[in-house]
Amino acid sequence: MTTIGDIATFVTSKNAGPFLIALDIVFPDQAIYRRFIDTAALDKQTVARLYGIPETDVIAIIHFDPAHALKVTLRRHTVCGAPGDTDVYGAQQHVPIMQHRIAW
Amino acid sequence: MPDRLTVFAPQGMLGYGIPERSMRLGVARQPDVIAVDAGSIDPGPYYLGAGTSFTNRRAVRHDLSMILDAAHAHAIPVLIGSAGGAGGDVHLDWLIDIYHDICRERGYTFRTARISAEIDRRWLKQRLESGGVAPLDCDRVLTSADIDNATRIVGQMGFEPFMAAIDAGAQVVIAGRAFDPAMMGAHALMQGFDRGLVVHMGKLLECGGAAAYPRHGSDGLLGTIERDSFTVEPPNPDKVCTIQSVAAHSLYERADPYHMHFPGGAIDLTESRFEQASPRAVRISGTRYIAAQRYTIKLEGAAQAGFRTIAIAGVRDPILIAQLDAYIANVRTRVAERYPDGYELHVHVYGRDGVMGSLEPHKATQSHELGLLFDVIAPDPETSAAVLALTRSVALHVTYPGRKGIAGNLAFPFSPSDIQTGAVYTFNIHHLVTIDDPCEPFRMDLIDN
Repeated sequence: MTTIGDIATFVTSKNAGPFLIALDIVFPDQAIYRRFIDTAALDKQTVARLYGIPETDVIAIIHFDPAHALKVTLRRHTVCGAPGDTDVYGAQQHVPIMQHRIAW
Repeated sequence: MPDRLTVFAPQGMLGYGIPERSMRLGVARQPDVIAVDAGSIDPGPYYLGAGTSFTNRRAVRHDLSMILDAAHAHAIPVLIGSAGGAGGDVHLDWLIDIYHDICRERGYTFRTARISAEIDRRWLKQRLESGGVAPLDCDRVLTSADIDNATRIVGQMGFEPFMAAIDAGAQVVIAGRAFDPAMMGAHALMQGFDRGLVVHMGKLLECGGAAAYPRHGSDGLLGTIERDSFTVEPPNPDKVCTIQSVAAHSLYERADPYHMHFPGGAIDLTESRFEQASPRAVRISGTRYIAAQRYTIKLEGAAQAGFRTIAIAGVRDPILIAQLDAYIANVRTRVAERYPDGYELHVHVYGRDGVMGSLEPHKATQSHELGLLFDVIAPDPETSAAVLALTRSVALHVTYPGRKGIAGNLAFPFSPSDIQTGAVYTFNIHHLVTIDDPCEPFRMDLIDN
């Protein structure tokens, strides 16, 4: 079984301001990027299921052709650095997407 | 008007290190400006609230010395934004103190501008009353009480305060909280280069060498703007800018890769073209500037949320690990018998969901040992310490069904086990405010050194 992490160059997460987390999936070339979008593209419902969050907390999924990349933006369940936060920089929230299994 | 202008960003964050060779090779390209970002909101609200820097004084002094040596030797202007990390006045003066120290030691004199980014509460309340404030990335409406509760409020300045300082003859500009590309692009904007290209180049330069591969270590980036395009290239010969490295960095730390809003407008990357100009350089063209109807700046404020005491401990017993949630619930109940309310108790379980919390898809642990972090936040340090001390002793000694290791449930790595970490802050202001004059909230002073 193939995961997104198997075919992507980078799968990474980081704060986009204190209220949002941006997940970047960068593919090695145009061919793999296009094939991913055509056959296995992520939708909000899938991302919501991977993280166990409401679909409304998946703010956007945007394709960025020049970088062969996909950007997924999530609403943080705890504001950066507030009591109960577990990841101030939001840098370790990428694994559910990295390990997401796709037909390939 | 020159046809080209070169900006050298020797690093992505002042204090994170500058490779000596990259500095030498970058300066050898005869840059017109050295610009560096000295702060970020990413390390969280504490630094803004408490008035300290997340960067280390000794490291900042080292990096700034290298930059000032180059500025002095080659008469290159220097622009620094988001001083001291969070960019409040106390942060700005911390960096200026380091700057003065270096200049005194080396006998340097520069015409220097200090630009404050700290927002006056009365001014902001007037703006609030006139309806000029809107929430950013959240839905909380700003109140007068939020403004009073914030320990410190900063505004993110755009290009114009830097341009005013350059106009006043400053060779070195040290500014509080700033839109990162502003210090990268102020000179280019003054010389009439395309605003869309200036902002896009600044966005790439602000993280230094991060837009080049391989992406490891703190390093620099050179940006050269021409009339219809700009080119970025790392000074480090072991690194390269590729179309992908540069395009991917255009995505970084932003919610929308195609549009980036900033004070006075936005850039639109939908028509941007990325070309490999040389094996190590990428040329970008086509990025468009869209003027905003109103000039807005971002406000950041942090308020005190209490005082924290923590304890760290490990659990190895499989009988306890198998019923961990019931054990933690029992600890909470027993602590609540003595302290019913007036505090927050968080238990982070490393080895299970300590990193992702409720987002963790694997609800059960596979680990034979777990790390527990007990985290108490209370209105005063004494209550915080008292609640944590009780939590720690209850957690150590409380019984649970089937217990065999009756002498204690936890392995503490340290003595003392309880650690008071001081005040806790939260972001209570993250808003946009409309202003008439882009320099209005940002006081500029020329200072002697």
